[in-house]
Amino acid sequence: MNLQSIPLEYYLSLSAIMFTIGTVGVLTRRNAIIIFMCIEMMLNAVNLTLVSFSAFMGDSAGQMFVFFVMAVAAAEAAVGLAIVLALFRVKQTVYVDEINIMKW
Amino acid sequence: MEQDFLLSAPITFLSIMATILMVVDALIKKSSKITFTLSWLTLGITGVLAAWTLKHNGTAFNGMITVGSFGAFFDILFCMGALLTLIAARPYMQRENLEHDEFHSLILFAVSGMMIMAHANSLLILFIGIEIMSVCFYILSGYMRSSVRSVEASLKYFLLGAFATGFLVYGMALIYGATGSFDYNQIFMAAQHELRFPSLMMIGIGLLLIGLSFKAAAFPFHQWAPDVYQGAPTVVTAFMSTAGKIAAFSAFMPIVAIVSPADTEMKIQIILAIISAATMLVGNISALTQTNIKRMLAYSSVAHAGYLMMGLVAISAHHARGVSGILYYLSAYLFMQLGAFVIVSILERSGEKNLEIEDYAGLSKRHPVLAALMTIFMLSLAGIPPFAGFFGKYYLFTAAIESGYTWLTIIAVISSIISVYFYIGLIVKMYFTEPNESGESTQQLPGIASITLAVSAVAVVFLGLMPAGLLDVIKLLFGN
Amino acid sequence: MIDLYIPLIIMVAVGGLFGLSNVILAEVLGPRRTKTKTKLSIYECGMEPITSARERFSVKFYMVAMLFILFDIEIVFMYPWAVQFKVLGTTGLIAMGLFMLLLFAGFIYVIKKGALKWD
Repeated sequence: MNLQSIPLEYYLSLSAIMFTIGTVGVLTRRNAIIIFMCIEMMLNAVNLTLVSFSAFMGDSAGQMFVFFVMAVAAAEAAVGLAIVLALFRVKQTVYVDEINIMKW
Repeated sequence: MEQDFLLSAPITFLSIMATILMVVDALIKKSSKITFTLSWLTLGITGVLAAWTLKHNGTAFNGMITVGSFGAFFDILFCMGALLTLIAARPYMQRENLEHDEFHSLILFAVSGMMIMAHANSLLILFIGIEIMSVCFYILSGYMRSSVRSVEASLKYFLLGAFATGFLVYGMALIYGATGSFDYNQIFMAAQHELRFPSLMMIGIGLLLIGLSFKAAAFPFHQWAPDVYQGAPTVVTAFMSTAGKIAAFSAFMPIVAIVSPADTEMKIQIILAIISAATMLVGNISALTQTNIKRMLAYSSVAHAGYLMMGLVAISAHHARGVSGILYYLSAYLFMQLGAFVIVSILERSGEKNLEIEDYAGLSKRHPVLAALMTIFMLSLAGIPPFAGFFGKYYLFTAAIESGYTWLTIIAVISSIISVYFYIGLIVKMYFTEPNESGESTQQLPGIASITLAVSAVAVVFLGLMPAGLLDVIKLLFGN
Repeated sequence: MIDLYIPLIIMVAVGGLFGLSNVILAEVLGPRRTKTKTKLSIYECGMEPITSARERFSVKFYMVAMLFILFDIEIVFMYPWAVQFKVLGTTGLIAMGLFMLLLFAGFIYVIKKGALKWD
């Protein structure tokens, strides 16, 4: 079985659906950590798009890009969790609708 | 290979120094004096290196980055902005008891990210640059860890910024699929000839524009800007709203230029024009009702993103005046916005006090020099001659008219008139109203922040009186 | 078209069956014993469980976890280099050495700032 036999559109549709689910999650959830998980899901959908284009075209640049997206996502996760922690220390909450000192 | 390292010296040097600074800060206790000296030296040397590569024009590292001209021009702006911020931050940080030494290396890392953005010749490099800058900004805006406002600003910026990053990379992935490359030149070539998936290309460009508009704080992705600019420490706001915005436009300009051939039905151009018009109207009208000075300046910075996008419209219409207009306006904007925020940071009292516009009543009696400088910056931001802001607007407006967007220019003029109301309003408050009884009586000495103010004010006046000097440099570099 | 997915379906089916059969076999073949409260309680190294498992962890765990994510993910950049090791030659080795040096600078920072100190 080779990869080309499953059409590219299938991969693209799957990643578009994943991206949409992530986006909807970001817009509807209240918990900062779950919002962040949805963002990670969006990034993983992008990774799938990149890998499938890369395999389809026989070009390795897309796969290299995925490595960088993963590294950046890890850096963002570390910084993001640290910020959530700092917020929890001063405010005892992780819910974004309670973050309302300034107009959101 | 040696040539590559030589010509990319500004980026390489700055990144290495930022890393060294981080280690120095960890190894030496009470190192803020050392890191401060090292960081301003680094920024100065980087600026000189960038000026040295200014005449070159080409690519390095297998076409991953461009060297010289365009990138080097922005390098100088970034170094200037960071240097002025560091100097102004020193007294501010001491007063707010924020002597954490990471501040210096974070600023340097942010600058290295911006420089990578300006030098990018590949979507991959652009992505890495944007992320280096953004991650530093997330941390910097939450720098006052004990202040709820600052941490909230940081979380908001982080969540919305990461969300926008998702759109940005998805756009990049789709453009890669449509053109088969991340390289700017190859995308440009592919956009001129046939594309594999024309519809994916358009969606990709749209998503990329969303991501970049977020970083530039353009409508409708501007809502984070007022909150983050208000909550972040004032010196950080000064840096984010100037250098950050310049970096966003340094990435925006080449992107608009390379994708414009794919824009056969002028969709992108129209969308850019509409975003531009909406951004300046929303920014200026929202600024009218603000009572907090940081928030007012934040909305004014949103409005300025709108003016700058007029230049992008001209670029997408293949008009070279767009490039020189944006470069001139960004140089002027750096000094006027930075100067205004630094004055706010000098007058601020710990505990986020003295930040209401009301607190500026009668400032001319208490701090005549600061009031006079603030007047210069406000007049320049409003675009009143003979200051730098006027000529910046003039070049952008003519660029828009020459590319056939008269309606956009009319909207720009109307929103400029609206903006005069709140800029002049602040001047009237400073000069013609009596100070309220709770007004501070203690004299606040600006310390070395006065260097920043002096440089910014001189630059605003100089660029306004002699705009030809900078324009000649720009013309020399980019051939009109 | 569907035949492309047959290996996938087989894999999912085998995986599901294996898990399910283990549960059922253990129930059917295993010795029958009475279920007392002690036997159903949480196993905590043979000791009586003291408090609820849902309590806050020390922030130190967070720190270690975040640092682990960061240093762990950097390893992915070694894979492309390892695959093309011979082609890249000395240049690749130097580049990877520089990369490791940068990571080491970060590590020094972490150690010196006391992020890994447990007390």
